[in-house]
Amino acid sequence: MATYALEMKGIVKDFPGVRALDHVSFSVKKGEIHALCGENGAGKSTLMKVLSGVYPYGTYEGEIYINGQKRVFKSIADSQNAGISIIYQELALVPEMSVAENIFLGHPLLRHKIVDWNKLYKESQKWLEFIGLSLDPQTKVSSLTVGKQQLIEITKAISRNSEILILDEPTAALTEHEVEILKEVLKKLKSEGVTCIYISHKLNEVMELADSVTVLRDGKSVSSNAITEMNENKIITYMVGRELKDLFPYEKRELGDQILEVKNYSLREQGNRNKSIIEDVSFSLRKGEILGISGLMGSGRTELLMSIFGGYREKGVGEIFIEGQKVNIKSPSDAIRQGLAYVSEDRKRFGLVLGMDITKNSTLASLKKFMKHSIVDSALEIKGVEAMTKRMKLKTTNLETKVRQLSGGNQQKVVLSKWLLTNPKVLILDEPTRGIDVGAKFEIYKIINELAKDGVGIILISSELPEVLGMSDRILVMSEGKIKGEFSREEATQEKIMSCATGGI
Amino acid sequence: MANTSLSNAVEEKSLHFKLNLQAYTLVIALVLIAFIFGLLTKGEFLSSRNLSNLFTQMSVISILSIGMTLVIVAGQIDLSVGSLVGLTGGIAAILQVWFGWSTTMVVITAILVGALAGLWQGWWVAYKNVPAFIVTLGGMLIFRGILIGISKGQTVAPLNHSFTALGTSYVPYVIGSILAVASILLLYIWTYRSRKKRISLGLKVKSAKMEYGRITIYSLLILLLIYMLNRYYGMPVPMLFVIAFAAIFIFISVKTPFGRYIYAIGGNAEAAALSGINIKKTILIIFILMGALAGVAGIILTGRLNAATTGAGDMYELDAIAACVIGGTSLMGGKGNIIGAIIGALIMTSIDNGMSMMNIETFWQYIVKGLILIIAVWIDMAGKKNVAA
Repeated sequence: MATYALEMKGIVKDFPGVRALDHVSFSVKKGEIHALCGENGAGKSTLMKVLSGVYPYGTYEGEIYINGQKRVFKSIADSQNAGISIIYQELALVPEMSVAENIFLGHPLLRHKIVDWNKLYKESQKWLEFIGLSLDPQTKVSSLTVGKQQLIEITKAISRNSEILILDEPTAALTEHEVEILKEVLKKLKSEGVTCIYISHKLNEVMELADSVTVLRDGKSVSSNAITEMNENKIITYMVGRELKDLFPYEKRELGDQILEVKNYSLREQGNRNKSIIEDVSFSLRKGEILGISGLMGSGRTELLMSIFGGYREKGVGEIFIEGQKVNIKSPSDAIRQGLAYVSEDRKRFGLVLGMDITKNSTLASLKKFMKHSIVDSALEIKGVEAMTKRMKLKTTNLETKVRQLSGGNQQKVVLSKWLLTNPKVLILDEPTRGIDVGAKFEIYKIINELAKDGVGIILISSELPEVLGMSDRILVMSEGKIKGEFSREEATQEKIMSCATGGI
Repeated sequence: MANTSLSNAVEEKSLHFKLNLQAYTLVIALVLIAFIFGLLTKGEFLSSRNLSNLFTQMSVISILSIGMTLVIVAGQIDLSVGSLVGLTGGIAAILQVWFGWSTTMVVITAILVGALAGLWQGWWVAYKNVPAFIVTLGGMLIFRGILIGISKGQTVAPLNHSFTALGTSYVPYVIGSILAVASILLLYIWTYRSRKKRISLGLKVKSAKMEYGRITIYSLLILLLIYMLNRYYGMPVPMLFVIAFAAIFIFISVKTPFGRYIYAIGGNAEAAALSGINIKKTILIIFILMGALAGVAGIILTGRLNAATTGAGDMYELDAIAACVIGGTSLMGGKGNIIGAIIGALIMTSIDNGMSMMNIETFWQYIVKGLILIIAVWIDMAGKKNVAA
């Protein structure tokens, strides 16, 4: 049975009052890429924490075998010594140190008890080449893109002779180009005999990369198969335990009058006035319309909408009309007053105050509506939030729960609640379903549709093509700060959008 | 998903438990300190006279820690308040002693000068993006320098009786007792109304026994305190100031959008900005309020000492920050409350007071206070770690 690099047998992990893992068995063959799928809260992270020794031996039931041998991990160091490395979504690099220093952080190459810099750089160079990164090891990590940093993390793990590499949502923050590089690296590692456990919500990546896939649901392993026997729909069905006939509940709607018009909008980098981020962009939006904006990361989608909303660090030039009236938006509070709302792509950074409860987060942008004699009326406030969370199907019984404790999907629902409480005329959604599970995604799509039906104009920025195609009435494609193409729902296809976004056509 | 919500509920419960424990650690620490000093001074520490002194002594730091809580919760810091206490008190004394201004006028002027100093610092922090640590470190030197300059290095004294009364007089017994009874009544009414409201909104409430039991204990403490104080000369006027300002600022921090915004800015400034909160303006106002409170503290201190000296208020900023931190305010911002800060001030003052009563040399006070600060934060961190694991 030496063909299994890893076997976890009958893992049971209890938290007070809840069984997070219920007799989970998980086997990974040597040298394969094994995808681990499941909704948020299904137990993926808990399982990986058991494997990596975050939960030490004895706090769970069950056994772990590495290469057929039973192992006991009492700490993270134990599992690292057994050749297991986890690369988390939040990177653990020191930004102000060089690539080489980061790769050998914790076990520097010493000669006579002082750091041997030449050897450090030479060794780093060797590992970087092995991964296929052409990079000077003396480069500061902070000057690299997130994608490159992720690859440095992988290099770091490989340099420590890791045989089992666990990647937790590695592509969530990467551009498509970087995703391609990562895929190549993973394929290369596979050919070198490294075993990978790949946790991801992006099923197309799973289908492309993985050799096998295990699906967890409610702390149980519900399916474990070779990828050849699976397809995306099957995986989703296992994940949610029901068939999602139609992930995108699109309904044809009557479009209303024009509600937003942007004319000749440009945005330049501060300090470098020649470098333009957005160049002469014009577009319009009608009441009840869902306008998809597609494009690669770095194409300027986020910067365009964030600066229209008054939240970008630079001010743009150009004209903005709302319901035919020219408006001057200098700050987010101006934008909110004009009826704009902006759901950011990074909810933890721009959307939520994690240490505050659901109620206070929900009313942050509309607090003035819940006042009596310039004092916050908590009864009014809670009733307003309650109605909104009901509409969102937010899964919690207590509105005083800190949003830090909510799952990604529920957090996103809080952000949406916050903006809907401002009664927006135009709702800008930037990657509204990033990093949230399929069930919550579907609910958010339904809400978007309802809003459109009520006459809200919606701008949907998304990197996921099926999402843009499935939800939008019309699609704009951006590339290098310009709008490169416009497609109606009927004429748009994945191929057309991709070739337009990558500069084809 | 059922899984997630369940585990959330569990987490919540343990968090709640931790918060309660933390709230109690403060009270336990206070009781412990009172008990130890009471024992070591043969009850003298808990005598009417000493309690009266203690509450007078703590008033300056308490007033400062009220404003400091807002500053720290917003993710800022103010190192200049000690110097500002000295400066505002000094200006008040100079205007009265050298120029013969009335007490009312000098009080108003001192508070205005404080607010103006806050405006100056807030402007640098909010609109010029200079870190508060630097701006207020500069302010600490600047304000002290101005004080030494305008007072020509002299002690300015004596003040009018109406001025010293602000720092040394007592509230008449009858009024003190009425205030105590009124506050107890308010406590009951407020608890009753808030429970009713929470129940009608479907929010969680603690059991009636626990909640009313708790406020009954508070009420008994209030009665005991006013009885003890009335056995001496009554409630000290500075204590009345503390209670009044604490009430006003707790109300502001809990009930007004401004208060809510302070917590949001400290918790996540970027998210607050994108929610349409005017961060610059909010921070400016916080510094103005802090400055004005430093002016109030300066008046009380000068009145109590019946003199303004060039060294007045020295190091008070550190005591005020320590009081906030002991009271559970996080230097990372976003978390903290005023009641905690006042209990923190009481703990710090009790140590000063108790140790001087025991004739322990001053250097020990510094050492003990320093250790307590470290231990208080350690308890806070240890509590967090337990939840994370």
